[in-house]
Amino acid sequence: MLGKLDDFLRFNETALSLRSQRQTVIASNIANADTPGYKARDIDFSAALSSAMSNTNKDPLKTTAGKHYPAPPQDGKTLPDGTPLLYRGIVQGSVDGNTVDMDVERNQFADNALRYEAGVTLINSQIKGLLAAIQGGQ
Amino acid sequence: MSLFSIFNVSGSAMSAQAQRLNVVASNLANADSATSANGTAYRAKQVVFEATPSANNSSTGVKVQQVIEDPSPLKQVYDPKNPLADEKGYVSMPNVNVVDEMVNMLSASRSYQTNVETMNAAKSLLLKTLTIGQ
Repeated sequence: MLGKLDDFLRFNETALSLRSQRQTVIASNIANADTPGYKARDIDFSAALSSAMSNTNKDPLKTTAGKHYPAPPQDGKTLPDGTPLLYRGIVQGSVDGNTVDMDVERNQFADNALRYEAGVTLINSQIKGLLAAIQGGQ
Repeated sequence: MSLFSIFNVSGSAMSAQAQRLNVVASNLANADSATSANGTAYRAKQVVFEATPSANNSSTGVKVQQVIEDPSPLKQVYDPKNPLADEKGYVSMPNVNVVDEMVNMLSASRSYQTNVETMNAAKSLLLKTLTIGQ
């Protein structure tokens, strides 16, 4: 029974955990908006979520022929759960080597926060549904 | 719970930007200080920011690595009445560029504000998380 409850809530729980980690990564970008040489980072949310849900195939994409597109450039840094930290594409480079674009970061930060709140609302309605089922509509 | 580390990240950025603002205030206050404790004109000071990644890469704070003195030459002002004037009548004045400092001040205060908002957003997300199951 408890295992089924876990499975029922797992998707939204994993999504919330990844959202909060992405929020931290974007907050780090905003904090380092004036640090010379800092490169803005982000995670590929949908890839990270499907990898966390399947728990298999955490190897990055491999190229086996010369004409294959290479995987996005990265320095091997990952979040604690193994999600690769990618570099954000440069929109407008700056002289000091910093690639943080405040408009992009603020946009993504607000977007991610809203989706986090949506996740909380979803998990709440799941719990409400469970309670209704447990109490038999009393 | 990684939302809590946003407080550390934004807090470190706020203290770094506050130090930058402090340096700007010193520079503007001393824009005309022709002499100082060591007998020479005041030199503009600038902060150097450094990114400080956490051990597990999940967050990156910022700190002031060092405060450097601007190495550009001092301004030479012709003022023979000044007791500090050399034999040709020139006084060495601070190399503070007031326009640069005003731009620095605006940039620092905007960055500070952005980090305050980041922190507030993290706080409201955490409060929202506390309502799960209620």
